[in-house]
Amino acid sequence: MKNKLSHLDWLESEAIHIMREVAGQCSNPVLLFSGGKDSLCLLRIAEKAFRPGRFPFPLMHIDTGHNYPEVINFRDKKTKELGERLIVASLEDSMRKGTVVLKTPDEPRNKYQSITLLEAIEENEFDCCIGGARRDEEKARAKERIMSFRDEFGQWDPKNQRPELWNLYNAKVHKGENIRSFPISNWTEMDVWQYIERESLELPSIYFAHERDIVKRNGAIVPITEVTPPTPDEKIENMMVRFRTVGDITCTAPVASSADSIEKIIMETASTVITERGETRLDDQVSEASMEQRKKEGYF
Amino acid sequence: MNDTNKNNTVLRFMTCGSVDDGKSTLIGRLLYDTKTILTDTLSQIEKTSKKKGMTALDLSLITDGLQAEREQGITIDVAYRYFSTGTRKYIIADAPGHEQYTRNMVTAASTAQLAIILIDARKGMLTQTRRHSYLTKLVGIKHIIVAINKMDLVNYNESEYKAICEEYNSFASAIKLNQPEVNIDFIPMSALNGDMIVDRGQSLNWYKGSTLLETLETVDTSEKTKNTQLRLPVQYVCRPRDSTNEDLHDFRAFMGRIESGLLKINDKIKVLPSGHESSVKEIRIGEKLISEATYEQSVTVSLNDEIDISRGDMLVQKEDILKGSKSFTANVCWLSESNLTLNRTYLIMHTTRLSKAKISSINYKININTLETEQAIELQTNDIANISFKLAQPLIIDLYSQNRSTGCFIIIDETTFHTVGAGMIESIE
Repeated sequence: MKNKLSHLDWLESEAIHIMREVAGQCSNPVLLFSGGKDSLCLLRIAEKAFRPGRFPFPLMHIDTGHNYPEVINFRDKKTKELGERLIVASLEDSMRKGTVVLKTPDEPRNKYQSITLLEAIEENEFDCCIGGARRDEEKARAKERIMSFRDEFGQWDPKNQRPELWNLYNAKVHKGENIRSFPISNWTEMDVWQYIERESLELPSIYFAHERDIVKRNGAIVPITEVTPPTPDEKIENMMVRFRTVGDITCTAPVASSADSIEKIIMETASTVITERGETRLDDQVSEASMEQRKKEGYF
Repeated sequence: MNDTNKNNTVLRFMTCGSVDDGKSTLIGRLLYDTKTILTDTLSQIEKTSKKKGMTALDLSLITDGLQAEREQGITIDVAYRYFSTGTRKYIIADAPGHEQYTRNMVTAASTAQLAIILIDARKGMLTQTRRHSYLTKLVGIKHIIVAINKMDLVNYNESEYKAICEEYNSFASAIKLNQPEVNIDFIPMSALNGDMIVDRGQSLNWYKGSTLLETLETVDTSEKTKNTQLRLPVQYVCRPRDSTNEDLHDFRAFMGRIESGLLKINDKIKVLPSGHESSVKEIRIGEKLISEATYEQSVTVSLNDEIDISRGDMLVQKEDILKGSKSFTANVCWLSESNLTLNRTYLIMHTTRLSKAKISSINYKININTLETEQAIELQTNDIANISFKLAQPLIIDLYSQNRSTGCFIIIDETTFHTVGAGMIESIE
């Protein structure tokens, strides 16, 4: 029999295998679920890996408090449908405890997620966090392991990573240390969209083209929300946009688009000329090494 | 990113060579000419190229990685890159070529089906070319493309190219690399000018063979052994006892990825190491029932008999003569900064099984530059040695030459839990 799996089947099988290794090797894992497209792929993989049984881990959202309501509603609906447990770790709780201190009240909160994440890991004694990061997203991610070791402080040491060979994943850790596991490491943005299409996955509505009030600031489209008001001299426009990634409101920008279906998004993705993070993640543009720096500090 | 085909197959390859051979430029060229590089990445590269005082786009910057690497101008770690063409989705493992990074090469090679070995046309075969070739053989890569790069710097001279091919072929014979199952192609190219990578260019008209991309697109990577011998290591047992669905109270299924062979409904199977037998009742991928599954698929299997199976067991066909083994000899690449010592106990991870292991003997060490064997009583980082092991638990092993997935293992330090070695089984006692 001549056998060649299609790339989607191959990637899916690899991701299922990785997730089952987490379940087989770790005693208290958790799956990071943001409501975003990559983590929705993870949930589909988890269903394929563990049904008809329950997931051997709860889901956890690191909530910055700055979310699009569509995403939060979707997160809750999806969790209910799956019948799995959701833990919400709130950045605003960390602010109340005094462990997160913002420099200014309107400072973007993305980078502080690491602190809340590390607190939740410690409190729940998680030994592994499954995340939806992909190696094609960013150059520091290109060198990331599938099972990535973090020390007691959640630090990633790029020079001292565990070698990873064949499909043998070493997830052994001591108490206090943990693993970040990335089952869709080898997927590209296009693979994600194709998988969403193939599996008919439902997405938060803001991924599709919709009308939104925006201002144009330094070449980026900035959505107008309570936490991202316009400056006095900016002109508010109403525009057809969609989001390529979802995250904290203050650092996620939409793109101009009329794509209102997965099929159209795939066509747009195919003809796009700008990377996902370059276009829509305001926080990665600060310096060439900013992702690497954040990962060293415990970011996933 | 212009490929929307949903039925690409996957090809994983590695590139061996150093920055001096133009490896980064080669990968940059592949990504650039297949239109994988998007505008914002390009504009960053343009900026940096200008900063470095270069007039043309420095494509090697595309594969530039970590801060520490940029500071030192070297690559420290394996990086993974992606592109696809409408025929295949490619995963490139980009391994640094410097001497001290043997472990990175072995890491990159472990998942690769094909290796591109770069040679600088001005310099010809170097010690590192020999080292790279030896390592690809050790890790069992069946397809090798010898990329003779920088042809522009030898005036695209055919005789220089031929001389290098000849020298390589005689070396390949000497290390028994050119076996019938190993396929070696030679391509002259200039990654800098883009000749024979994706486009043919104008300067190498005497060369009638395929371009690099054509070769990658057409190479036949099917492996015969993968179709025989069922190997299904059990990763996880599914017992949804607490389900609200009463039909599921007695449901019990075994989950894992088929490493080789085929599995069909009603197949008679055996569980190793216990030897208990049963037959296949149902096979699922997710919620979907299927009648047969093949290697590289992650499946959920239920059996017709209630037998005791747990993580670490392996399902094989009933008539298979395979048994658990507690001692074997393997070629090991030592990955750790702390030495391998004879008197320590290590953990061996093989498929989904973990066993304590002791070293019976270090039979010899290989000098990676001369390829001669040497005696050794301990191993340092990047050493390659032939070692005999004694195990606490039986492992269900094959020879690496016959089955990469069930012939490989990693060695874990019992104290730190770090991965300290990688092994390929050569003989079973």
